[in-house]
Amino acid sequence: MSKMWVTMGPQHPFSHGLWTLKVQVDGEVIQDAEPVIGYLHRGWEKECENRTYPQIIPMADRLCYSASMTWSHLYCKVAEEAMEIEVPERAQYIRVIADEICRIQSHLMWLAAMGTDLGNLTIFLWALREREWFLDLNVKLCGQRLTTNFPRIGGVRNDMPYLFERDLMRVVDLFEKRLWDIIALTDDNAIFMSRMQGVGHVTRKEAANLGLTGPSMRGCGVNFDVRRDDPYMVYDELDWEVAVCDDGDSYGRYKVRIEEMFQSCEIIRQAVAKMPDGPTRVKAPRNVPEGTHVARLEDPRGESLMYLVSDGTDRPYRLKVRSPIFVNVSASKRLVQGGRMADVPAIMGTIDMCLGETDR
Amino acid sequence: MTEQFYEAPTVEQVSELVAAKFGKAVQLKGSKPRRVYMSADKGVLFELATYIHDVLNFEQASSVCAVDYESHMTVVYHLSNYFNGMMIELTVDLANDDLTVASVAPIWGGANWHERETYELFGIVFEGHPKLERLLTPADYQFFPFRRSYKLRRSD
Repeated sequence: MSKMWVTMGPQHPFSHGLWTLKVQVDGEVIQDAEPVIGYLHRGWEKECENRTYPQIIPMADRLCYSASMTWSHLYCKVAEEAMEIEVPERAQYIRVIADEICRIQSHLMWLAAMGTDLGNLTIFLWALREREWFLDLNVKLCGQRLTTNFPRIGGVRNDMPYLFERDLMRVVDLFEKRLWDIIALTDDNAIFMSRMQGVGHVTRKEAANLGLTGPSMRGCGVNFDVRRDDPYMVYDELDWEVAVCDDGDSYGRYKVRIEEMFQSCEIIRQAVAKMPDGPTRVKAPRNVPEGTHVARLEDPRGESLMYLVSDGTDRPYRLKVRSPIFVNVSASKRLVQGGRMADVPAIMGTIDMCLGETDR
Repeated sequence: MTEQFYEAPTVEQVSELVAAKFGKAVQLKGSKPRRVYMSADKGVLFELATYIHDVLNFEQASSVCAVDYESHMTVVYHLSNYFNGMMIELTVDLANDDLTVASVAPIWGGANWHERETYELFGIVFEGHPKLERLLTPADYQFFPFRRSYKLRRSD
């Protein structure tokens, strides 16, 4: 049978946003693949060159709708490094808690999407139901569900509101129990297991070379987490483990994300117990001294990095964003090659696509 | 060739080994905990990248980007080690009339799309790249929009 190209997307149930995956199939088996992105390119980095430093924080939220907290945190982090200001300790703890809330709700969004990809609507409904608690925590903390606009250069916008710790503990305790209900929907489901296990297999070496980061990389056996190995804020003062799985298939990447949600609950619990009193924000200068600075942190989707070139004025000379999904999706040829057409949603779903940060 | 690192070299080892092997072609710009800054001549880039990947065991190219300084352009590489969280920041300066540099995509697969993006936004040609085509902008786009000479409508 002759080979032919099939275009999946930009409007396709598996694509979670506007992007295209062209696959060359020989019968059912995929021979070659070519991702096409750029439908959402809006020149984010160029736009930043015409804005003052504080004006970029809400823009950083819009890089990814479900990881807005970590993106604005990363931007504030690189600006703080450039201005050489130290964030107060209480603000560091609040940022860690906010980041972990963001990580849990982002992973739940992924789990919901993964459920619909594999035709299991109950996972979708249950995961989004639990996610709503974390969005409610976001509303309590900063007044917004998704585009939080919460970190500031030199701290965070406001202290935790009255009784926030109590609500946080209640949500975390209840969520850990409810997550087991969702796991029962997936791990006890023969269809889910047979579609996830053994598809999209990548070895440790390939994963590192292709630049996969985050849960996709740790699901392939690379034992690396920016939170532990290049620590920022107060992650090195907390006791938690990095989730790693040597399987390398879609199911391994799924297991890493589930374990990360449990670990995030643990981090939140310890951070609330250890949090000191004190100020939550220091004053930041308007102009940034000349120089180049780089900062990276662990996004829910992988390693995100910003490279800032400042020229002494109140606007960045250049701001480069390294988006984890941009690199992960470039590896999709290697991920789907040799698999079958019907496995594409099960493989590309574990990448956790987000087009806002991919196209920038 | 010196010993092969199967895990991770320290910041001092990286600085010493690179200085011993490449001499004046690579200028060390200093270091911080888990960070080494260096600047290389264009000619030795591919050899240096191979050395960093094969011997020093930096398995991933986190990011490749360019900065337009108007007098010249600079390509910036951020290379990560997965064993001790170290990152090398490597810069290569290019003259405005010769915007070509060797591609590191054959060494690090993750650099592939970063180089494509840098090509379409800055017009820097990466020699030896497997597929140097436009990625984010349309294929028939005529401009390199991230250059400083490309002004936004309301910029000042």
